[in-house]
Amino acid sequence: MIEISHVDKWYGPSFQALRDCTTSVAKGEVVVVCGPSGSGKSTLIKCVNALEPFQAGEIILDGIKVNDPKTDLPKLRARVGMVFQHFELFPHLKIIENLCLAQEKVLGRSHDEAMAKAAKLLDRVGLKDHARKYPAELSGGQQQRVAIARALAMDPIAMLFDEPTSALDPEMISEVLDVMVDLAREGMTMMVVTHEMGFASKVAHRVIFMDQGEIVEDALKTDFFGSPRSDRAQKFLSKILSH
Amino acid sequence: MNYHWNWSIFFEPAPNGTGTYLDMLLSGLLLTIETSLCAWIIALVFGAVVGVMRTLPSKAASRIGFAYVEFFRNMPLLVQLFIWFFVLPEIVPQDWGLWLKQMPHAPFYTAVIGIGLFMSARVAEQTRAGVNSLPRGQKMAATALGLTTAQTYRYVLLPMAFRIIMPPLTSEFLSTIKNTSVAITIGLIELTGEARAMQEFSFQVFEAFTGATVLYLLINIVVVVAMRFLERSIAIPGYITGK
Repeated sequence: MIEISHVDKWYGPSFQALRDCTTSVAKGEVVVVCGPSGSGKSTLIKCVNALEPFQAGEIILDGIKVNDPKTDLPKLRARVGMVFQHFELFPHLKIIENLCLAQEKVLGRSHDEAMAKAAKLLDRVGLKDHARKYPAELSGGQQQRVAIARALAMDPIAMLFDEPTSALDPEMISEVLDVMVDLAREGMTMMVVTHEMGFASKVAHRVIFMDQGEIVEDALKTDFFGSPRSDRAQKFLSKILSH
Repeated sequence: MNYHWNWSIFFEPAPNGTGTYLDMLLSGLLLTIETSLCAWIIALVFGAVVGVMRTLPSKAASRIGFAYVEFFRNMPLLVQLFIWFFVLPEIVPQDWGLWLKQMPHAPFYTAVIGIGLFMSARVAEQTRAGVNSLPRGQKMAATALGLTTAQTYRYVLLPMAFRIIMPPLTSEFLSTIKNTSVAITIGLIELTGEARAMQEFSFQVFEAFTGATVLYLLINIVVVVAMRFLERSIAIPGYITGK
């Protein structure tokens, strides 16, 4: 589904954000990307739907080359859902309108069709009573669930999560993770940048550990938590699992 | 000071045969309003386009926008009006110049275009500031949903940006109204022009300009109140700048 091969990315002439990154996510697979801050994990996931350009290597998404100038990027992006750290709901639109906008403008669905789909998804994330509210009237956890519903409204073939719980108060993290766990169990292809190792050990198939722009470790979940081979991954795990 | 005050001058017939002196000032007020509204429309349209250009990733668009803004805002308005009115007809091909000079209502059109473009540079700066004040993630979220750049601006960025810059835009609208008085120098007999004519006919200089001042004050108060209502009607529930 997602093939990343030998991707290099520089910010400016001197800072290399990604070094020769190669990995893949198969259909139905859940891959968790973790690593210290500044390790390039967010950058990598943003390269997958070309939100960030990269200079070398290639990424193939469902058979379509992302970094081919001929690729219709808006069309390709519409097929991959993305959830951001800071939710990024559109503040001037009601919750239901947030879910309808791209369905109507990008997929060309009729308003009624979009509304029906939106209502169904809001119900699914437990927010159907909030459809007529504005994003600023919802809590962080609720906003993030809306953001997930907004991405799902496009019927994506895969979902990208960029630290979806990092900006949330602790008591709101689980309501978002619950939605993500359900999604994973239904067989959604997911690439998730997160520090939530509980989530990783529950639903991930593979865990990728990144440091300084490199993929240091790319292992099955059991291997990663059982015996990470690299020193750096071991150190990272000991730090975040010790509390 | 040996000045003969006469406040009832406003109700005495003016020698130009169009009614009382008050009618004279009111006809000037009407022309001031017409000129301001037309100039404001030009300022908004051009300002929005140029302001957006300055926020695009394209270097060329951003440079053109930069040159436009610096050109129109760094030259005094008076000089710009003189260039449009006196210089332009001389430097274009002869028959075009003749057409320009013979055009009816030339001072009105010149004032509308000259003041409109001068103010558009300022509107452009406000628009740019408004768009840049939005979180970077908003554009990313819209892009990730598959919206094109044009759709992202139309449905996501500009609706928020214009809400944010509504208070400074009110000031720019007020400046536009006040700046129309400069057009007296190219022969536009708007409110200030009529006040001066009244002074020349009646020698009641204080009354004439007090009348003009009160009328300027009145339209500006109307604009301020109307904009306040507009701000309130488009405010977003729960959103901080909307309060």
